[in-house]
Amino acid sequence: MSTQSTDTASYPRAEVSPPSGHLFPHKHLLGIWNFDPTTIKHLLDVADEYVEQNRQPKKSSPKCAGLTQINLFFENSTRTLMSFEIAGKRLGFEVTSMATSTSSIKKGETLLDTAATLNAMHPDVLVMRHADSGAVKLLSEKMDCAVINAGDGRAEHPTQALLDALTIRRRKGQIHGQTIVISGDVAHSRVARSNIYLLNAMGARVRLVGPPTLLPKDVDRLGVEVSHRMDEGLEGADVVMMLRLQQERMQGAFLPSLREYYRFWGLTRDTLKYAKDDVLVMHPGPMNRGVEIASDVADDLDRSAIEEQVEMGVAVRMACLDVLTRNLRGEDAA
Amino acid sequence: MITAYTNARLIDPATGLDEKGTLITDGGKIREFGANTTVPEGAKVVDCKGRILCPGFIDMRAHAVDAEAALAGGITTIVLQPDQTSLIDSDPVVERIRRRAENAHSVNVYPMGAATRGMEGRELAELGQMQASGAVAFTDCRQPVSDSQVMRRLLEYAGYFGALIVQFPQDRGLANGGIAHEGEIATRLGFAGIPAVAEVIQIERDARLSEMTGTPVHFALISSRAGVEAVRAAKARGAKVSCSTAPHYLHLNDNALEGYRTFAKVSPPLRSEEDRLALIEGLADGTIDTIVSDHDPKSEDVKRLPYGQAAAGIVGFETLLALALAPMHAGKIEMMAVLKALTSTPADLLGLPGGRLEAGAPADLVIFEPEKPWRIDREAFRASAKNTPFDTLPVQGQVWQTIVGGVTLFGGE
Repeated sequence: MSTQSTDTASYPRAEVSPPSGHLFPHKHLLGIWNFDPTTIKHLLDVADEYVEQNRQPKKSSPKCAGLTQINLFFENSTRTLMSFEIAGKRLGFEVTSMATSTSSIKKGETLLDTAATLNAMHPDVLVMRHADSGAVKLLSEKMDCAVINAGDGRAEHPTQALLDALTIRRRKGQIHGQTIVISGDVAHSRVARSNIYLLNAMGARVRLVGPPTLLPKDVDRLGVEVSHRMDEGLEGADVVMMLRLQQERMQGAFLPSLREYYRFWGLTRDTLKYAKDDVLVMHPGPMNRGVEIASDVADDLDRSAIEEQVEMGVAVRMACLDVLTRNLRGEDAA
Repeated sequence: MITAYTNARLIDPATGLDEKGTLITDGGKIREFGANTTVPEGAKVVDCKGRILCPGFIDMRAHAVDAEAALAGGITTIVLQPDQTSLIDSDPVVERIRRRAENAHSVNVYPMGAATRGMEGRELAELGQMQASGAVAFTDCRQPVSDSQVMRRLLEYAGYFGALIVQFPQDRGLANGGIAHEGEIATRLGFAGIPAVAEVIQIERDARLSEMTGTPVHFALISSRAGVEAVRAAKARGAKVSCSTAPHYLHLNDNALEGYRTFAKVSPPLRSEEDRLALIEGLADGTIDTIVSDHDPKSEDVKRLPYGQAAAGIVGFETLLALALAPMHAGKIEMMAVLKALTSTPADLLGLPGGRLEAGAPADLVIFEPEKPWRIDREAFRASAKNTPFDTLPVQGQVWQTIVGGVTLFGGE
């Protein structure tokens, strides 16, 4: 069944049973920052099983039949939204998706009014994305059902961090002890934050690389190494996670040009030489080819895990939806 | 009507007086006071039972009148900021506010006028006209006057009228888009930051312009260690600068933002613990001149929003004294220094009557118990909104009576 992982062997804390006896002692999935290794490992283990299921001809199971899942996206997204939709449908959820561009929700209605409206419809799980840091937490305070954060502002994108972790664990066997570089626009990235919390919790060595204007202040206090140079930063890396560079970063005077960014912080065959030979290249997508990553690196089948990340995304989201609704289905959370 | 306040601990920060005695008011004025003052025949006697009797507090920065809340906080004079529904940037608005306050026979209200027309930072507002109608100082409130030439002209022009200019020390460029103190907490919570140096740059520029023009400038709401140091250095050079801070900066650091608590959203933002300690030090050594409430009632409609969209501001009248006394209870500052920052210093800066115990001065007084423990309860607030990060906080120091113009308007017996 699941890929055997040696992660627990090298990370004894993950073996310790949580005091509550519950492997997922949370009502919502709002962020990684307060998750302990046991919780993370449990989600990854469940996701591992769904990876196998998703590779079968018959991919769905009616596990969650009769439950309602609402996807509420206040910010444009195609892949994350679709990934959550597919994950929900494969588990048998009644899935409804709403994006702000197609609804009147933004016209003056406050987030808490929206919460009250949705709550009255009795969903069983709500997946939400919002442009403001902390917005998903605020909404979760008014919802009776489980809430999954699909990205809030610059704060967290927990399912992305989990799918990245699953990818690394399956490829590398374990997360503990790996040198993992996160490179690019860390300042504006919720993906980077969630990954920092998760990888730190699991015992990886995390290094951030990027221009000084795109690394937030005091980020070293989050328990990471910081470097501004690609050669120095990539030295001995087991994994390189590239972040998407928003094209409008020139406006805030963060960068002079995409051309210059690519020259100094783009991931190319040349810069990749500094990493280990079996380095794993990752990207949360969508990629800007020729801006943060060279095409030949992105398409290198031996090293690039970019497509695999998308596959893991569905499995991880199925795991989250499953675990968060276990008590509703009368299953023991442990 | 003559009233005698007996068994009081009389404190007058203007003179340093601190002694047991009696204070006599006659009509709206203080008649006499001291250890040997005797109760005149026929006077109404109020036994203070050892409580402190001092000049009523003068709050140099409030965004709403909220008279009941102010009186409950021991405040007898409010200086209203110009950011009202109809902006205070012309003399008729100033007059209307003055008249309304006079007719209400309640807390004294003095408006601060806008420094520039529409608080847009481009053209001078009619300082002279507004001053003649009763405006006591001029400020663009939370809009810093950014253009150096405009600020220079403003100071030159205000100098002629002897008008105090109050600057919000925040460099616009560095603060642009920021919603929290730039540092570890903002990085972790995913907020764009405002670095402390944004405050320093504005202070240093305006201190230089003040020296150049010879006109005093007052910096509202210092929030950082570097800001305190910049003011201290300017004062050491002999620049005519002064500054204020608010109790929330003395009491909280940016950890209060944890959990995206919008009640802790203020402008300038709460900063680090190091900054908080430096502010207490600055208050103790006199670098910080006044303590203001920055009372700013905001309804839940504008507070219960995602942090980035939520309004900044907290209600401060009713917690002003207790929070301002906290550093004293912690042994970091003298009682006299705290009270001076709440009474005679703001009175002197703005040229207001009151703020001191003096025969013939207005009988605007507060009687309070400095040690009395209580618990802050937002539901019990008299303010028009209840936005406070201090709900349920145990504090010490409670107002017993607030007297304006010789009349007890809050508390008693």
